[in-house]
Amino acid sequence: MNKNGPLEYDYSVSKLFIMNALFVGTIGMLVGVILAWEMAYPEFNTFLGEDLAEYTNFSRLRPLHTDSVIYGFTLSAVWASWYYLGQRVLKVSMAESKILMFIGKLHFWLYFSASAVIVLSLLMGITTSKEYAEFEWPLDLAITVVWTLWGASIAGLVGFRREKALYISIWYFIATFLAVAMLHLFNNMEIPTMFVTSPAGETMIGAWWHSVSMYAGTNDALVQWWFGHNAVAFVLTTPIIAMVYYFLPKESGQAIYSYKLSLLSFWGLMFVYIWAGGHHMLYSTVPDWMQTMGSVFSVILILPSWGSAINMLLTMKGEWQQVASSPLIKFMVLGSTFYMFSTLEGPIQAIKSVNAIAHFTDWIIGHVHDGALGWVGFMVIAAIYHMAPRIFRREIYSKSLMNMQFWIQTLGVVLYFTSMWIAGITQGMMWRAHDEFGNLAYSFIDTVTVLHPYYTIRAVGGTLYLIGFVMFVYNIYKTTSAREVEEHELQNASPMGA
Amino acid sequence: MDIAQLQAYGYFIMTAALAIGLYAYIYHLYSKRKDADGVDYEDYSNMALKDDIADTPVNATSRDKKYRDGTKKVGEKYE
Repeated sequence: MNKNGPLEYDYSVSKLFIMNALFVGTIGMLVGVILAWEMAYPEFNTFLGEDLAEYTNFSRLRPLHTDSVIYGFTLSAVWASWYYLGQRVLKVSMAESKILMFIGKLHFWLYFSASAVIVLSLLMGITTSKEYAEFEWPLDLAITVVWTLWGASIAGLVGFRREKALYISIWYFIATFLAVAMLHLFNNMEIPTMFVTSPAGETMIGAWWHSVSMYAGTNDALVQWWFGHNAVAFVLTTPIIAMVYYFLPKESGQAIYSYKLSLLSFWGLMFVYIWAGGHHMLYSTVPDWMQTMGSVFSVILILPSWGSAINMLLTMKGEWQQVASSPLIKFMVLGSTFYMFSTLEGPIQAIKSVNAIAHFTDWIIGHVHDGALGWVGFMVIAAIYHMAPRIFRREIYSKSLMNMQFWIQTLGVVLYFTSMWIAGITQGMMWRAHDEFGNLAYSFIDTVTVLHPYYTIRAVGGTLYLIGFVMFVYNIYKTTSAREVEEHELQNASPMGA
Repeated sequence: MDIAQLQAYGYFIMTAALAIGLYAYIYHLYSKRKDADGVDYEDYSNMALKDDIADTPVNATSRDKKYRDGTKKVGEKYE
């Protein structure tokens, strides 16, 4: 910062997180596409040869895909947004505090280093076998430190602020921080096996990094899915709502349709979401009342979710021509629509009778991906497109490339979830079909044969989305050397080259 | 009364209390329309729209108000 010049926002930490989101997003989605082709054509599991099959098979790569897109791509974009819009809505610059800047940079570099070790550990097959929480105890401790640093950054910027009230996005970021801290700590209660065996592993029970969960059996499953579903809630939903509540009004120049609705949707979501995880355990050994509670709260969840989604869409009231003219607004409006769509689909799947068909089928995978690709992916892309011109002081390299990317990715998402709907319901119906004596009508391999075309369509859909993402990365890369812009061009609609 | 019944009553009472609390909050928001500082809730949307560092805050912190009453220029130094 120029000591005598006017104070400016400092985006250096935000820039680091954006770079990481672009890098890890590309890798994570590439791995996802590889997995989709492996599902369609199993021989592809050994695409680097039999010797390397251990590293290329589905089961080894799967957690690498899920963890890198959730905790690598999405979290990086969430943090890039925090370090960008946190300053702006609180009207305080990172450049005003050396300590905050140090915390921000330490936050990034520790996160980056821990992520690198996580990638290696997953590739080596080191895992606790808890879905979305596969990391062993030393990494869990590192994650705790990284998370605490983010908390310190929030507390610091909020404590330093010029705006007395906290903008709605800040509430969502704080909710994300608190909820994930609690989820991470409770789900990862584990005992390193070295305390009961030898660290060197002579007892053959395990290496020094190995641990076992403090919970057992049904309790373990229940805690795991309380965590699992709330990871969706507080990593893939609340921080993304924080982003859309800032980027959509800012890019369109429109005030939020109803600020009051944003507040009550926030508290509604906080109240309801935390109870919904039980729907992952329907027809299992967890107590029946807990399953019913999971179902009921999942259905009620439609209300606060749609409260936010409708608020986002109505923010465009009277300005719908912007959806046609700006690809950036297109991404956000379609993202909000996908949010509405997947928050209706999820509750439907959580109804017990529907779940009897949907559980363990590809419909669930379809649901996850219309949310992740349509809502999270599109919102992250829009957020980075909005931030890039402001961070680099240059116009977005190409509007037509953006438009092309939008349509390619939309087609990809549609192919993905429609194929998984058909595959999932086909699976569910075939698994339960039986003759008049109760004998199952089909064997498992019958379903595999029937599903093959849909798996191929899914892989094509995923490939299209990845192609769009590479176009996005290229567009941002070229933005760093595009035409320089004046301050007034950055007020609302982002400047774009042809 | 066994533990399961207690859980059930507790669960019902808590759900009802939280639902009443949420509806009371909605009623409060729409009937008062303004917060304790007299700022219309809808004006808070401007925190995103007018977010340059030199823009006037919608509702400045008491510390910031000192800098805005003329003695010190906004955007120069703030501690």
